[in-house]
Amino acid sequence: MIKDYKHIFVFAEQRQGVIQPVALELLGIATTLAKTLNEKVVAVFLGDNIADQAQNLIEYGADEVIVVDHSNLKDYLTEQYAQVIDQVITAFRPSIFLFGATTMGRDLAPRLSARMRTGLTADCTKLEISEEKNLMMTRPAFGGNLMATIECANNRPQMSTVRPGVMQKNDRDANHDGTIVRFEPKFDESKFAVKMIKTVKEEKQLIDITKADILISGGRGVGNKKGFDQLYKLAHQLGAAEVSASRAMVDAGVISQDRQVGQTGKTVRPNLYFALGISGAIQHLAGMEESEMIIAVNKDKFAPIFQVSDIGIVGDVNKVVPLLTARLKKEMSNK
Amino acid sequence: MKIVVCIKQVPDTTVVKIDPIKGTLIRQGVPSIMNPDDKGGLELALRFKEEKGAEVTVITMGPPQADLILREALAMGADKAILLTDRKFAGADTLATSSALSGALNNLEWDYIICGRQAIDGDTAQVGPQLSEHLGIAQVSYVADAKVIGENKLEVKREIEDGYQLLEVKGKCLLTVLASSFKPRYMNVAGIVDAYDKEVEIWTADSIDIEESRLGLKGSPTRVKKSFPKGVKSSGEVYEVTPEEAVDLVVSKLKEKFII
Repeated sequence: MIKDYKHIFVFAEQRQGVIQPVALELLGIATTLAKTLNEKVVAVFLGDNIADQAQNLIEYGADEVIVVDHSNLKDYLTEQYAQVIDQVITAFRPSIFLFGATTMGRDLAPRLSARMRTGLTADCTKLEISEEKNLMMTRPAFGGNLMATIECANNRPQMSTVRPGVMQKNDRDANHDGTIVRFEPKFDESKFAVKMIKTVKEEKQLIDITKADILISGGRGVGNKKGFDQLYKLAHQLGAAEVSASRAMVDAGVISQDRQVGQTGKTVRPNLYFALGISGAIQHLAGMEESEMIIAVNKDKFAPIFQVSDIGIVGDVNKVVPLLTARLKKEMSNK
Repeated sequence: MKIVVCIKQVPDTTVVKIDPIKGTLIRQGVPSIMNPDDKGGLELALRFKEEKGAEVTVITMGPPQADLILREALAMGADKAILLTDRKFAGADTLATSSALSGALNNLEWDYIICGRQAIDGDTAQVGPQLSEHLGIAQVSYVADAKVIGENKLEVKREIEDGYQLLEVKGKCLLTVLASSFKPRYMNVAGIVDAYDKEVEIWTADSIDIEESRLGLKGSPTRVKKSFPKGVKSSGEVYEVTPEEAVDLVVSKLKEKFII
């Protein structure tokens, strides 16, 4: 019975026709899992007038793309999408089905898990295959204080939502072979109770700190907007840098929520992360400890942030930061 | 209008600490609270009560001590409280939890069900959508606002990563709401007194029409294989130096890594 279920399926999330980064990240981890299992990576791609983009998914690692192109799928709506994926699962019987842990994936995947009466693990940060060939899904629990590894041994598909920004996408490979399959869904429109009035983009949330090479992140030690002005100056001096913050500064209204790093904010892994006046609560560390290099400045020499930093400096950020900015300016002009 | 709000008692994870030597959770002295998103959901229901005369029932599944958050909900203004408690529910994952709750909700009359987006001890955000599937009704998650716009019609604002969606929902539905959008009211003094006069109904596995194979550990497709404290990577050097020396250190590191 369980043996009848094969291959790793990935929900290839698109919005307004644009394939989302998390879809490519899922193809990356799915490629690794597929190698261990000697199975295929299959992308499931839903939308309206999107078929011409399916080739991108192949170049990022899909061996097969199931395209469902229908006007009912223009905007994401739970029931419309759930009906299609339910039919795809019934027809193709995947062993594993991965979704991005986005507002879309975390809405759709639980609805489906209840429909299929199978297990679902939320917001995973690590996926592996066990000796018994089951998917081992690791995720933070208790506000990031603990990690838990979860298994779904007796039900298929094994379903998981995966935290954006954690898995590595494959390098694009124009020579990667794959097939594109069209799937024609049947809709029960009597179940469509939710209608989209409109989708509104908000300007303030357009800064994507997960894409920055360098993050200058401030916490309580920076304290206020004036302190953050100094951080913006440093970011400007470094070029490819963005300013981010700990939760305390977002709660205090000093900086907007889209710049928050941590368990309830964004997970980031820049090449360089400055933790300035951030003590390093577990919830914050959960969002940044995978950074390539971490430089921390904090007054308290026992601050937990020093346990994850490559260079720790015990000192006052409000003194160090302006000095550093001035010094960098000098270094650049000498070049 | 009848509304049922699903709430959960959780440990306050913002005060949970790790034993630095054993690397385990210190749970002693950690207070139990009503889950913040659920409290936001209750606030939304109570606003419907004030504006539309809705009758608000709160329900929780948990151990007998969860009575406390039901009393708090009554003191905030809920009309009726139900505690779903039974050893047969123990060890339930999100699917088994949603199955049990669906049994309880099938015993009640309602137009709308409101849940919190997610609980701070699990952060799964799964029980709400799973529950609405079992009940065969529409769901809207990440709700930041909801208003009645006609007979059996709601307009709902749903937060997404880079903005929001406005949705129109016809008929019965389940909403999962964000605490940040609904600042909960305080309990009032008269409410607190009344809350202890009101009866909390106790329901068990026998009160609901769900096969035992779908409840508790038996009804849970997922199992926790192991849990462990988050490994921290080995730390680098920590320097106690003047700001000038600190800048020297940082600049030489940036040069070493070809960042400048």
